[in-house]
Amino acid sequence: MTPRTLYDKIWDDHLVATRADGTCLLYIDRHLVHEVTSPQAFEGLREARRPLRRPNAILSVADHNVPTLNREKGIADETCRLQVEELETNVKAYGVPYLPLLDDRQGIVHVVGPEQGFTLPGTTIVCGDSHTSTHGAFGALAFGIGTSEVEHVLATQTLPQRKSRNLRVRFLGALPPGLGAKDLALALIGRIGTAGGTGHVMEFTGPAVRALSMEGRMTLCNMSIEGGARSGLVAPDDVTFAYLEGRPMVPKDDLWDAALTHWQSLRSDEAATFDTEVALDVSALAPQVTWGTSPQWVTDIGGRVPDPAEATSADDRQAMLRALDYMGLKPGTLIQDIALQAVFIGSCTNGRIEDLREAAAVAKGRKVAPGLRALVVPGSGLVKRQAEAEGLDRIFLAAGFEWRQPGCSMCLGMNDDRLEEGVRCASTSNRNFEGRQGRGSRTHLVSPGMAAAAAVTGHFTDVRQLMGGQ
Amino acid sequence: MEPFTTLTGIAAPLLRTNIDTDLIIPKQFLKTLVRSGLGRHLFSEIRYDADGRERPDFVLNQPPYRAASILLAGPNFGCGSSREHAPWALKDFGIRAILAPSFADIFFTNCFANGLLPAVLPMEAIETLATVKGPLTVDLPAQQVRGGGHTFTFDLEPARKAVLLEGLDEIKRTEANLGDIDAFEARRRLNAPWLEIHTQP
Repeated sequence: MTPRTLYDKIWDDHLVATRADGTCLLYIDRHLVHEVTSPQAFEGLREARRPLRRPNAILSVADHNVPTLNREKGIADETCRLQVEELETNVKAYGVPYLPLLDDRQGIVHVVGPEQGFTLPGTTIVCGDSHTSTHGAFGALAFGIGTSEVEHVLATQTLPQRKSRNLRVRFLGALPPGLGAKDLALALIGRIGTAGGTGHVMEFTGPAVRALSMEGRMTLCNMSIEGGARSGLVAPDDVTFAYLEGRPMVPKDDLWDAALTHWQSLRSDEAATFDTEVALDVSALAPQVTWGTSPQWVTDIGGRVPDPAEATSADDRQAMLRALDYMGLKPGTLIQDIALQAVFIGSCTNGRIEDLREAAAVAKGRKVAPGLRALVVPGSGLVKRQAEAEGLDRIFLAAGFEWRQPGCSMCLGMNDDRLEEGVRCASTSNRNFEGRQGRGSRTHLVSPGMAAAAAVTGHFTDVRQLMGGQ
Repeated sequence: MEPFTTLTGIAAPLLRTNIDTDLIIPKQFLKTLVRSGLGRHLFSEIRYDADGRERPDFVLNQPPYRAASILLAGPNFGCGSSREHAPWALKDFGIRAILAPSFADIFFTNCFANGLLPAVLPMEAIETLATVKGPLTVDLPAQQVRGGGHTFTFDLEPARKAVLLEGLDEIKRTEANLGDIDAFEARRRLNAPWLEIHTQP
């Protein structure tokens, strides 16, 4: 048999039909639904009088629009409230499992899916959200789709697809202490660019990936889309299986045994060939900080804001000039000299318990710099509860951080959590696009530890200098 | 869906690289429950100032381009979020074809569901077309863009082309495979019973 990659295997396992025109119909095992990209899909289903094929293959939750303060009093913003109510009406009408706003298990879809055991190795998972790539951490083929495709999955449990190419990322060497998955992701995107993975599914390999926890792998796969790949994959191993066992929606007893046997076979064959290969030595990597309005514009904490005069093409120079103007930065400025007015810790990229522990370890016994606003938003109610059980909330509050209720929050600011024009923010989220965190806002992407270090010093600081506590 | 065959219209040049979907339609406009009405918010943050007044230097605010039905753009157009609000906003404004050297995957797919043509042309061709005075013609059956004496051809997968030319409803197409889907599910229940969801969250 021809050697196959992990992606090839999952693809083959889900192929329903190949049409005469060459397009393939792929079966979708799991569908995550949230309030922003689903209303028009349910409307389409209703208008065409189509039934929903498999309600229990869906898990739904409101996350983008939800307030992170005083939620129990309801949603004050009318347009946000209407969208959440629309989701509640739709899931009720179609019998779709839903985690209500005040349920402890509510949170960001990409945090909730894995937490509940909805995300399983070898499955196909979709959601009307580009960061669905997160679930690839489990060895699932997971990708973001548009609303028309959401409707297509609701109606047929399948999607017409074209096969992507295989891209292997080999991280060479061990990651130095104080660095994590976010640094791996940003360094990779800095290398290949935001279109580097277009048309590909990326498989992440190498000792630095094997050494990551499941949460770290989720952070890495989450950022695949920022490298242009719709999906990222990490082959499942004992770390994966230990994370899964006992979660509410994970199979039990005999089914667990059968599943485990299958999951252990989910890896690329030794002789499998990849269309594209990228290798990156991470053994001397330093903490990463973005300086521009695209995640590919990144350097490390020892670096400087680059000079557009050194750009290799006129187009790049124009783009960099525009980015520096938007970001209010001068070429040659030391990254460490960039002062911040805000810090955001949270999102589907870095809103899990290990992220909060990493940030709290830096915040402990220190104070947020004067005049700086710092927000911590847990990725789910369960993350929040766990953090509170460990006393992390008290560490953050004592240091002057705000401690909020779970949701997407300031990653994209659809709720009230937005930055004012010109405000510079160190953010653990995934996008530093113009206007992403609020009109005219200036976002620098970093790891949770680096965000906390920026919060307590008021400028970018190498988190390794603050490790080991105050 | 309205079929796409041949389009002749004004082409607006917006030759930036990495135009992301946040820029095409910012988050505050994603709270809608319908697909229509987003055209006036297209490129909102670069099209209007903080007080909501049009910025005269933005291309879509300038006379011939206000009526543009074609957009000329730089590489990696539509990167970022999966929001289908981006093609909805472009279409509602009146754009039916986007010509760029490359597109992000999700945006590219979303276009076809909405009768929009994303055509890939080399950057040099885009730059040439941006200098053409007067309308361009996008001829989908011939896979050509013509204007100012220039003709450029573009590649497009036949299945994608058919969807646009015939205005096909993808769900209706898939319903022809319902027997295959039933059979797949029956096989899966036998071969991978752990994938059935018995436990609600």
